Amino acid sequence: MIGSLDYSTLQQLWWMICSIVGALFLFLTFVQGGQTLIWQLAKTDHETSLIVTSLGRKWEMPFTTLVLFGGALFAAFPKFYATSFGGAYWVWMLILFSFIIQAVSYEYRKKPDNFLGAKTYELFLLLNGVIGILLIGAAVGTFYTGSNFVLSDYNSVTWHYTLFGINLRGLEAAFSLFNLSLGIFLVLNARVLGALYLLNSIDFSKTSELESRTRSAVTKNFLISLPFLLYVLISVLVMDGFGFDSAGVFQIESYKYLNNLLAIPLLLILLLVGLLLVIFGVFITVFKNSNKGIWPAGLGTVLVGLAVLCLPAFNNTAFYPSKFDLQSSLSIYNASSSYFTLKTMSYVALGIPFVLAYVVYVWKLMDAKKLTSDEIKNEEAY
Amino acid sequence: MIDIDLNMVNWARAQFALTAMYHWLFVPLTLGLSFLCAFFESIYVKTGKNEWKAITKFWMTLFGINFAIGVATGIILEFEFGTNWSNYSWMVGDIFGAPLAIEGIFAFFLEATFFAVMFFGWNRVSKKFHLFSTWMVAIGSNLSAVWILVANAWMQNPVGMAFNPTTTRFEMVNFAEVVFNPVAVAKFTHTSSSGFLYASLFVLTVSSWYLIKGKHLEMAKKSIIVASVFGLISSVFVVFTGDQSAFDVSQKQPMKLAAMEGMYKGEKPAGLSLFGIVNGDKKPGDAQDAFHLNIKFPFVLSYLANRSFDSFVPGIDDLVYGNPDEKIESVASKIEKGKQAIQDLAKFKNASKNKNSQLTNEALVNFKENEKYLGYGYLDSSEEAVPPVPLTYYAFRVMFILGSFFPLLFAAFLFFTMKNTVAEKKWLLPFGLIAGLLGIFASQSGWIVAEVGRQPWAIKGLMPVKVATTNLTAGNIQVTFALFLIVFTLLLIAEIKIMLKQISIGPEETK
Repeated sequence: MIGSLDYSTLQQLWWMICSIVGALFLFLTFVQGGQTLIWQLAKTDHETSLIVTSLGRKWEMPFTTLVLFGGALFAAFPKFYATSFGGAYWVWMLILFSFIIQAVSYEYRKKPDNFLGAKTYELFLLLNGVIGILLIGAAVGTFYTGSNFVLSDYNSVTWHYTLFGINLRGLEAAFSLFNLSLGIFLVLNARVLGALYLLNSIDFSKTSELESRTRSAVTKNFLISLPFLLYVLISVLVMDGFGFDSAGVFQIESYKYLNNLLAIPLLLILLLVGLLLVIFGVFITVFKNSNKGIWPAGLGTVLVGLAVLCLPAFNNTAFYPSKFDLQSSLSIYNASSSYFTLKTMSYVALGIPFVLAYVVYVWKLMDAKKLTSDEIKNEEAY
Repeated sequence: MIDIDLNMVNWARAQFALTAMYHWLFVPLTLGLSFLCAFFESIYVKTGKNEWKAITKFWMTLFGINFAIGVATGIILEFEFGTNWSNYSWMVGDIFGAPLAIEGIFAFFLEATFFAVMFFGWNRVSKKFHLFSTWMVAIGSNLSAVWILVANAWMQNPVGMAFNPTTTRFEMVNFAEVVFNPVAVAKFTHTSSSGFLYASLFVLTVSSWYLIKGKHLEMAKKSIIVASVFGLISSVFVVFTGDQSAFDVSQKQPMKLAAMEGMYKGEKPAGLSLFGIVNGDKKPGDAQDAFHLNIKFPFVLSYLANRSFDSFVPGIDDLVYGNPDEKIESVASKIEKGKQAIQDLAKFKNASKNKNSQLTNEALVNFKENEKYLGYGYLDSSEEAVPPVPLTYYAFRVMFILGSFFPLLFAAFLFFTMKNTVAEKKWLLPFGLIAGLLGIFASQSGWIVAEVGRQPWAIKGLMPVKVATTNLTAGNIQVTFALFLIVFTLLLIAEIKIMLKQISIGPEETK
């Protein structure tokens, strides 16, 4: 079956696969969101340990998904990988540094003689949750607002944005209100998901105050996120976009993303259903005292993420537009790997459902019992 | 032609070397210690004895500390191809990206998923499922090594691909050839077995310290037995796979072999240098001696390189200036053809842009004639094709000499531990104590041989390192280099301090 797919179908399929991985990453940022809540929610060392241990049992999942996202983009869309990572050097470097310091923090935080002290490792977790996710949001925002690069005939990227004579290499993405709003929204959404995850994962029978603080964090962060969400949504509907014609010539088009939503109703449905599921997850947590809000809100985040990543890529749209040189813009058709590589990788991708199946199985097995205070005192804990 | 800032290229090289070498401090321990933990836990599940559970949990704690920093230092390597080597990423992403994606899908998730069970599942899952999870972490760790080494081997011996002048990149045409590249097979087996060996040396180091201090004696002896058996088998395997790697190098990268031997003039038959003092002033083609001192095994290099005791092994001068008798083309001739290929490629691209089909076809035919020399067209001189000789030579000696010593060390530890006299062997224990450190030297030296020895190529013969970089200023890379140096060094200090503390605390039952 895969052998009979044509080149453009494979290119679209691989953007879908990359988008699914990216959307799953957005759900898994509940770990990063939870990290930003540690100092706010925990009032004692014991509560800190409960939160850190709960998150620590999942920290590798977003980390690994991010690595897979990078690997999949490298394999399927190498021109994007080369252009974005090489061009927007500083944005990606800062994101990577935030994940480097996260990776050691869970394991080292409570170990004796840990050199930097527990508070430093907690600060690392906070930085990862705030800066890492904010910049990822800003980077995704450039799919809509464009970047400042030009590609040579040999596809070598040159970045053109200077401030006081310094080439910012992508950091200017954070100067756009749209990009910044998307980044802030992702941070706040991650905090909502983080709080929802903690409510689902921890047995609060001996720490009821922590539970009420966590529940209240869901409400606060959700409400604060709304203006940013609304700004992003309205902007997407009214902004100009970057399209291309049948000859592959890129051009600015009015209401491009609104037109894409109307042309591909499935994306509109994904977006609306996703938003409703997030609201539902928050609603049952706040008003029904449920501890299962993470599941609808998580699924909702995946659906919204999928819509956000697919909207600037389909319907003859440049997913990585260049504001500096429009014709250097990247679409899923001019940035992809060869037909042979995409076909080969598609066979490999048949293994993904198997991977997802054992991830879900092990997750259920490990989370069958909630994390208790006794467990923190007597058994393995971060 | 591309304007190349060599200062920037060297900083990019330095940054990649720094991050890769830091990462490689931790990876071999992960590769081997994950299996050792699986062995210890298998014995626990089989015997049901809690002392084995304590041993398992002790080594697992050290594994976890090392694993975390290995993961931290690893993420940058995947993304660094894009951030610092974007020309490379575009030119070979069609081939190189696939192994990295497969690594993510099949190996990293195996590790990440079962890692949580390994550390937090003792009371949440059954004993057998916990053991299964430990094995999955070991297999996942080693699977990840397969794919990154496939990618690395492809750079040393590019196969299964073709250059597409329209897209100006190399594209995969045969996935099986890429995966089963002979260099990849030898590289994986050699690298993973050296990781097993290093982890076994690490266990000897910690256990020797306990024996010297007279602490946790039973745990130390049991650990030594398992590690010595694993280390002995691995070290024998390392020798055989190393021999295969050397053979592959001689067939695919003769310049690297010549640099490993510091050999400027080809020899027939050729002897293997056991140890020497390289003349650092020696340049290709000059009349100076290559060595101040050189002790050689006669005939051995001929056999290692060609499986024949009286065969010719080319030296650096033969490879640079050509040797008509041995049908070796000079680098100058290859550079000339490479420059022609670059010109024809530019003509092809211009003609295609102007939609002139006749000129396009002519340029393509001309380009195809010299296509395989494309990379040489970017070299400025013949001598640029020579890697740094002294560093490659000495790194190979360190790896080779230490690699020959380790089987003896494992055999001695195994023998005296089986006789239950190892704690009394005061002459042996200091060797055990420094064994881990020696393992790091050997392992890092191996990668220096592999990577420094293949300079100036990012992809052998096709793409020099200097055209593989991102169009950055040296200043950008200097800042990130400093940041990596500071952050990684701080994390390394933290890791060592935590590790030493955990070792001094010892296993649970004997606290």
